[in-house]
Amino acid sequence: MHHDVLIVGAGHGGAQAAITLRQRGFAGSIAIVGDEPELPYERPPLSKDYLSGAKPFERILIRPAAFWEARGVTLLRGRRVVAVDPVAHTVTTADGGAFGYGQLIWAAGGRARRLACAGGDLAGVHTVRTRADADAMRAALPAVEQAVVIGGGYVGLEAAAVLRAAGKRVVLLEQADRVLSRVTGEALSRFYEAEHRAQGVDLRVGAQVRDIVGDGRQATGVRLGDGTVIPAQMVVVGVGIVPSVEPLLAAGAQGGDGGGDGGGVAVDAFCRTALPDIRAIGDCALHANAYAGGRRIRLESVQNANDMAITVAKALTGAAEPYHAVPWFWSNQYDLKLQTVGLSAGHDVAVLRGEPAARAFSIVYFRFGRVVALDCVNAVRDYTQGRALVERGARCDPAAVADITISLKDLAAAA
Amino acid sequence: MPIITVVSRDGTGRAIEMDAGMTLMEGLRDHGFDELLAMCGGCCSCATCHVYVEPPSPATGEEDDLLALSAHRRDTSRLSCQITLTPDHDGLRVEIPPED
Repeated sequence: MHHDVLIVGAGHGGAQAAITLRQRGFAGSIAIVGDEPELPYERPPLSKDYLSGAKPFERILIRPAAFWEARGVTLLRGRRVVAVDPVAHTVTTADGGAFGYGQLIWAAGGRARRLACAGGDLAGVHTVRTRADADAMRAALPAVEQAVVIGGGYVGLEAAAVLRAAGKRVVLLEQADRVLSRVTGEALSRFYEAEHRAQGVDLRVGAQVRDIVGDGRQATGVRLGDGTVIPAQMVVVGVGIVPSVEPLLAAGAQGGDGGGDGGGVAVDAFCRTALPDIRAIGDCALHANAYAGGRRIRLESVQNANDMAITVAKALTGAAEPYHAVPWFWSNQYDLKLQTVGLSAGHDVAVLRGEPAARAFSIVYFRFGRVVALDCVNAVRDYTQGRALVERGARCDPAAVADITISLKDLAAAA
Repeated sequence: MPIITVVSRDGTGRAIEMDAGMTLMEGLRDHGFDELLAMCGGCCSCATCHVYVEPPSPATGEEDDLLALSAHRRDTSRLSCQITLTPDHDGLRVEIPPED
């Protein structure tokens, strides 16, 4: 079966690529191959409103079923691509299917990283990446008194918040000396640690997990480096993703080093891989990001998936523009709405704006005198007004930024 | 169920019956108005579901701040994810603003 555009991955990036291609009048055949049985759906609610039960699955679908048929987008569900032949322009799926393509858009994202230690595959050990993951957690919840969350990234913290709201005792273990160490500065980490503790989470940083203990089938606890065992009827593992790019790399695409740059598949400013007619977008795409000072990074966010999808759809419809979208991100925990714009990694100055004790404040990050990012907690106005500072790489006086009587809008106008 | 008139970015209008209880953003998304990106899925964290509505209605505090992200804000601007449809919305006119 041949498709003019074959999209591998039915997440935000894959779905948006198909939507934008049609919106821009692309008339060729389009198919999306995804390894899950579902229609394309939003992933962020899996650790928030879907996990808590606040939103049913139908409300997190990216589009209703009828949409894909109406737009002439074929959904090949429950099929995992295992090989790419860039010469023949075909992909092979695990069930033996073969699909030809004119253009291939690789939007396969990543899979949840598993624990390497013993017991990591026991029943009761959960990851939070797919609908099936979230459904398994929800099904297991009634029998859970205490849950251990391993990993203090956004997914782990959001899951902890949902579990607390469901009345569960929660222990959160972070290996580094603070939560969110990969994605934000220390002040925000400390704020979230304090909030989770105030909500009753037994949050421990610098925690070493030795293994998961169980009764041979079901996990019953988590053993720490010092030998103590924390009892748990549920273990949630939120230790990042492994980019799903092996078939592309095997076909000759250039990859990352898997270390400092986080792996993935290398793409240029138009999301082209080194292979002809193969582009890659979203979580798995290693790209030089202007907002990271041109460093090659992978960005795991809805924003990046959507905006790269639009970059590719434009390129394939004769209106190529390089990728240059300002990164933004959100995380909802308890009644805290965090919004981030820009990338704070590599900042040299962090300025607190407002009072964390008031639970509404921002942190403005600078690098070489220029604003590179903001983390805004319950501070939507700073988020929207600070965006212009990040987009422009504005130089402003840190003392003025710390003064909440001066709006960021005024600073942006003056910068 | 309310009947909503929607004017797309290209100026064409359609009258659509939407389900009460859903948000206007969900109604627009599910009826194929693909200009609306609605990237955050309706949790009031971005401004990519911005629309103009007639008759106008006030934006809430956070929503009001987020609308500042659009260069095309007007007095009638709302984030469509913050409007939960009721039978009273019958006759609402919604216009999709220019691309930001």
